[in-house]
Amino acid sequence: MTSNVSVNTVRSNVRARPSGFLQDLWTVAKRAIRAVPREPEAFLPALFIPAFFFVVNIGALQDLTEGVPSGDAFNYRSFQLPTAIIFAVTGISRATALVTDITTGYFDRLLLSPVRRLPLLLGLMVADFMLVVALCVPVIILGLVVGVSFGTGLLGMVLFVLIGALWGLAFTGFPYAIALKTANPAAVASSFLLFFPFAFLTTSTVPLEFLTPWMRSIARFNPITYVLDGMRSLLSDGWDPSAIGKALLAIAILGAVSQTLAMLALRGRLAQS
Amino acid sequence: MTNVVIETNALERSFGEVKAVRGVDLAVRAGEIYGFLGPNGAGKSTVVKMLITLLRPTAGTATVLGHDVVDGASAIRLRIGAALQDASLDEKQSGREILRMQGALYGLTRKESDTRIEELSSLIEFDAIDRWIGTYSGGMRRRLDLAASLMHNPDLLFLDEPTTGLDPQSRVQVWNEVRALNSQFGTTIFLTTQYLEEADELADRVGIINDGKIVGEGAPEDLKRAIGADVLQIKVGDHDAAVAALEDVAVVDHVERGPRALLVSVTDGAAAVSSVVIALDSAGVIVEELTLRTPTLDDVFLELTGDRIEVSA
Repeated sequence: MTSNVSVNTVRSNVRARPSGFLQDLWTVAKRAIRAVPREPEAFLPALFIPAFFFVVNIGALQDLTEGVPSGDAFNYRSFQLPTAIIFAVTGISRATALVTDITTGYFDRLLLSPVRRLPLLLGLMVADFMLVVALCVPVIILGLVVGVSFGTGLLGMVLFVLIGALWGLAFTGFPYAIALKTANPAAVASSFLLFFPFAFLTTSTVPLEFLTPWMRSIARFNPITYVLDGMRSLLSDGWDPSAIGKALLAIAILGAVSQTLAMLALRGRLAQS
Repeated sequence: MTNVVIETNALERSFGEVKAVRGVDLAVRAGEIYGFLGPNGAGKSTVVKMLITLLRPTAGTATVLGHDVVDGASAIRLRIGAALQDASLDEKQSGREILRMQGALYGLTRKESDTRIEELSSLIEFDAIDRWIGTYSGGMRRRLDLAASLMHNPDLLFLDEPTTGLDPQSRVQVWNEVRALNSQFGTTIFLTTQYLEEADELADRVGIINDGKIVGEGAPEDLKRAIGADVLQIKVGDHDAAVAALEDVAVVDHVERGPRALLVSVTDGAAAVSSVVIALDSAGVIVEELTLRTPTLDDVFLELTGDRIEVSA
């Protein structure tokens, strides 16, 4: 048989060996991070939507709200900036890419390597975290452009971004759970529906006092209410450990629920094999 | 004593009510190329997935390189490589990124990965290595997939239909690499295929699987010899008349209607030609073309299962 192939006759003695958890995590994360700018369609809407709502809500409600509930100090632009951040970061994940990996068989290729199983999911979340931090930046710049200022200074701004990013990360458990459970891109896309009750049955547009009693009751059980309160406190109230603590606790509770679902779904998928 | 690297005993796998694999016994020796031949849906890929620890058996046992596929999965994964049926590669990564990541998954340093990439040059098109996989042809993907599965120098390589859908040139390239891996580096290769020619070309031994069961096993030449017959491939105008004419010819063992010709099994081809031609001529059947050939693995499969392998793209 003829061939134009020259096969190497000398090969190194390179051998596979188990790598550490952090190396596994970074290996998976690096690929996911590289993929982010290559799929602009996955994150560009997350830039447009918050900017749109930020401008529209201010245009519609600024005059109605300023001065009414909290006296002259109330600044609706500052009030809206955390909402814009939450809109930017909620639901951003690599879950659709994970579905693609599962359906194309690439996930199997990862599974038949000695990589630990947990980093296969956590590595994607590292990329998610970096993306949501990056998404916060233009939204904050927009806020600064329209006159929003941070009463807690630069450190407050950093914490503001961190709270937003942690919220985004906590929420990713839902789309990942759906991705791992169904391996269906349409099902993952429909996880966006979860965004609505979280994002609108709360103080995203007006302060708690403006809500009708029934909606106020719901908002009190919505973790985003406390996340928004904590972020807003960094803009207007100065350092308020109670508000920040409640925000972090709300993120922790939601994160515990969503990430537990994701881990169970991962375990279920591995058990299928 | 021969070192057995894959051993299965009464291996089974069910999916709900469907039994995809029904009691498979295998013993693959170190250093051989074992061809696992069967039609689509025969259970080849399911067996492979159990052996590479992607799928748990529902009954029976399997050991790979001395480790149980359930309890010793981690140890197995370090020492095997696998290129599965569909070259599963991330389309938005470059060839180099995929290979380096593959190296990192197996604990290789960047330098070691780059060394391996150089060493696997026969499978990699270097002018395309920094392009996204999405721009690769089917053959390029398949060869890169094979290169990825070899990054960590596995002792045992599983190839699940490695050339399905490839053009002839790409197929030969993969065959050459498989042969080189086996002959120069002693890599044991477990190869599933639905191509008889591929099994014939590459495999030291062939296991024939049909409907989830092994129906035959041995060296290709032994299997073919075991049929004990040559085949006369006869092109005639009237198949019915020809079959009737050959019914009572003593030297004819079996007549089968092929898509374009009759396939007549005879014990001694050279001696039987004249008897067959005379019988056809006496019945007024015009012989348009007659070829004498030795049996193929397809004939072996027919003998063992009553069917021929239908190859799908």
